[in-house]
Amino acid sequence: MCLGVPGLVVELDDLTAVVDFWGVRRRVRLDLVDEPVAIGDYVLNHVGFAIRRIPVEDVQATLAVYEQLLQESTEGTREDLMAADVRSELAAGAPRESKP
Amino acid sequence: MKYLSEYRDAAIARPLIERIKREATRPWTLMEVCGGQTHTIVRQGLDELLEGAIEMIHGPGCPVCVTPLEQIDKALMLAARPEVIFTSFGDMLRVPGSDCDLQQVRARGGNVRVVYSPLDALEIARRHPDREVVFFAVGFETTAPANAMAVWRARELGVPNFSVLVSHVTVPPAISAIMQAPDNRVQAFLAAGHVCAVMGWTEYEPLAMRHRVPIVVTGFEPLDILEGILMAVEQLETGRHTVENQYVRSVRREGTPAARTRVQEVFELVDRKWRGIGEIPMSGLRLRPAFAAFDAELKFGLGDIHVNESPECHAGEVLTGKLKPPRCPAFGTRCTPEHPLGALMVSSEGACAAYYHLAKYRAASAAEPAGAVS
Repeated sequence: MCLGVPGLVVELDDLTAVVDFWGVRRRVRLDLVDEPVAIGDYVLNHVGFAIRRIPVEDVQATLAVYEQLLQESTEGTREDLMAADVRSELAAGAPRESKP
Repeated sequence: MKYLSEYRDAAIARPLIERIKREATRPWTLMEVCGGQTHTIVRQGLDELLEGAIEMIHGPGCPVCVTPLEQIDKALMLAARPEVIFTSFGDMLRVPGSDCDLQQVRARGGNVRVVYSPLDALEIARRHPDREVVFFAVGFETTAPANAMAVWRARELGVPNFSVLVSHVTVPPAISAIMQAPDNRVQAFLAAGHVCAVMGWTEYEPLAMRHRVPIVVTGFEPLDILEGILMAVEQLETGRHTVENQYVRSVRREGTPAARTRVQEVFELVDRKWRGIGEIPMSGLRLRPAFAAFDAELKFGLGDIHVNESPECHAGEVLTGKLKPPRCPAFGTRCTPEHPLGALMVSSEGACAAYYHLAKYRAASAAEPAGAVS
């Protein structure tokens, strides 16, 4: 729950956005985010809220870290608790697109 | 070292490790206060690679683990009530209370639901106006803004059947308490990057000055952590004690102002017990009186309750660095993720779980029977 998860903004209205997290789409709220966001931006999200717009120059490095995490956890005996954490956050409940 | 060699940036990590060892003219003791960092350190074997130069003490960086037993037991009491739908982050379901855990309450017929966001809990309350929906608001500063927002929205939308059982803790008072402990050995801290992404690091500046202790805001991947350690060592070696930011790509000094503001509007500081550690002054958050209608403790009249901690669990000693998990007599035998004595063994951010999974992985790699952990 402590780990923010990055995702791509694919739809936008006043206070919410639909964010794509490796294929799982969720609606997140934008009340708390540090900067205005646009479609195509990446945002770091905590439990249903975008907190930070990830600067363009940092997107690749940020995604790489998470992809490494998710990928390793699917390899054989390696059990990665943090990846499990990210996965369970993404999977908790059904993917929600309804407005909160 | 097997783990590091598998890591994609081993070529960058090795020189960093050598440099840390070169810079450290004497052994230094550092504490990380972030379960994600603990997990990376144990999993990549960074503590072993730095042995002799740096000792890493795994601090109370897992909010699930430090949630006081009293609050867990209150959650269990609420979840068992027939009129209640109890909602929680998945991490809390297997945390042992005095007698059982939330998963067991659910198996006995309690309506316990895992939610991704506190807003999902609010949505459940709106769909079930005939039920009382309680959300277990736990976590550090990373979840506090979202949880504050849910309460704010509940008031805005007028959802009288929604309430929260609050057990928030904040990191800076814990750092202060650790530094003031008479037997403290910590000489520098790695602060949690994602906590600081929300709150910034202004609160850490007086701590660094008052306790003359370097604090480095650090990310959670191996290179971040090694860089953070190096920055802390450089401060220690040159006698400096300031707050520095290793995690530049995610953290700014002022954090995320809208999130900080909402937390301050909804919550106020309160003395809070940390499981295994004890009470830390002004280290917790509770709802402000203006939001009392959404306080589950008041709504359901939960007063002081008697709790029963497992006498076999040494979580307090682990959280303060006096005991490494594998040295606990119950580790891997009477305490496993399947049958935990304490929260550190079940949470994905818990130090005991990190060591347990490492031991299991090593045992499997050594082609021993699966599940061997000794």
